[in-house]
Amino acid sequence: MALTAVPLFLPGSSPVHRLGAGAKLLGLLGTGVALAVWRSPWQVGLALALVLALHAVARLPLRVLGRQVVGLAWVAVPLLVVQWVLASWQTGVGVVGSFVSLVLLAGLVTVTTRTTAMVDVVVRVCGWLRRFGVDPERVGLMLALGIRSVHVVLGLAQEVREAQYARGLRSSPRAFAVPLLVRSLRHADRLGEALSARGVDD
Amino acid sequence: MLTSRDLSLIAIFTGVIAALGLVPAVAPFGGAVPITAQSMGIMLAGAILGAKRGALSVLLFLTLVAIGLPLLSGGRGGLGVFAGPSVGYLVGFPVAAFLVGLLTERIGRPYRLPLGVMANILGGVLALNAIGIVGMALVLHVGLVKATTLAAVFMPGDVVKAVLTAFVAAGVHAAYPGLIPSRADRRTPVDRVPA
Repeated sequence: MALTAVPLFLPGSSPVHRLGAGAKLLGLLGTGVALAVWRSPWQVGLALALVLALHAVARLPLRVLGRQVVGLAWVAVPLLVVQWVLASWQTGVGVVGSFVSLVLLAGLVTVTTRTTAMVDVVVRVCGWLRRFGVDPERVGLMLALGIRSVHVVLGLAQEVREAQYARGLRSSPRAFAVPLLVRSLRHADRLGEALSARGVDD
Repeated sequence: MLTSRDLSLIAIFTGVIAALGLVPAVAPFGGAVPITAQSMGIMLAGAILGAKRGALSVLLFLTLVAIGLPLLSGGRGGLGVFAGPSVGYLVGFPVAAFLVGLLTERIGRPYRLPLGVMANILGGVLALNAIGIVGMALVLHVGLVKATTLAAVFMPGDVVKAVLTAFVAAGVHAAYPGLIPSRADRRTPVDRVPA
């Protein structure tokens, strides 16, 4: 059973890796806006070529790109056919090409940016929202607790799954979900006590 | 204001939503209805924690997905999923959790199964699919009718999940009371109204 949740980040030292997380996210946002406005076949082709060039600059293994392309193909190919028949091939290439380039670019940002750097960007952006009552430090704490909780609950799930097998309740979703939730809620109680002991409520 | 208990419930439930997407899916009825348990996690967030904490927990989950943790069912994650055709469903997740939570809080404790099923279907199937279909139509540039037919394949499974979620929520509220307000607390008896 694959009960692991490794981040999608792949370490490296290319210029794409070294670029700041905020800059990469801004670039992604800009590309999204640009591709919503300009989507003629040659503009989309240029965008796709640039995204592929960036993949090459980041020196990522080809299987990273291949996995994403396979994941996209099941939706991109039928959509291209539908748009070609219903509208024109130009529309099809524009719609499908812009969506494929954006997903690949977003994937590139994720693979080349450390999770902690992303957390820092989220906390920094939340600093601008301070006047609306958002506490950036609390957001950072929640992100750290959330990442930790994924591992905690996966561990609990493993325990519950083993208990379920031991009792012979192999395919009962209820016999899995109820104990998992109750154990998780009890863990949350202890976590809450630990947080208030550290003065989070004050 | 959120207490430290609220914060810990929100964080832990993020882990629950992730676990339900990563643990191999359960397939009852001889495997005829494939069930990825993740959308159950979204409905459960509302049905267990209530509207506000449920929606915040789903938001935290989506933030972790966005910063690169592969927590969506099938190990998907990263920013790419927010550019894909299922973005409407991702946007709809917190809304669905909020609606399910709001309706569940109206039901109150003790949890009532038929009303719980209705709450899950209204919030977790109808509202979620409405937002998801609009998102799909926008990203794929197809009509709403075409997008609806694409989504319709998954709806029977969604209804099964909504029913299952109500059964699970009933079990959890029985074993761990105090997460949703009791019906008795909300109505002050006539003889105890302060003079």
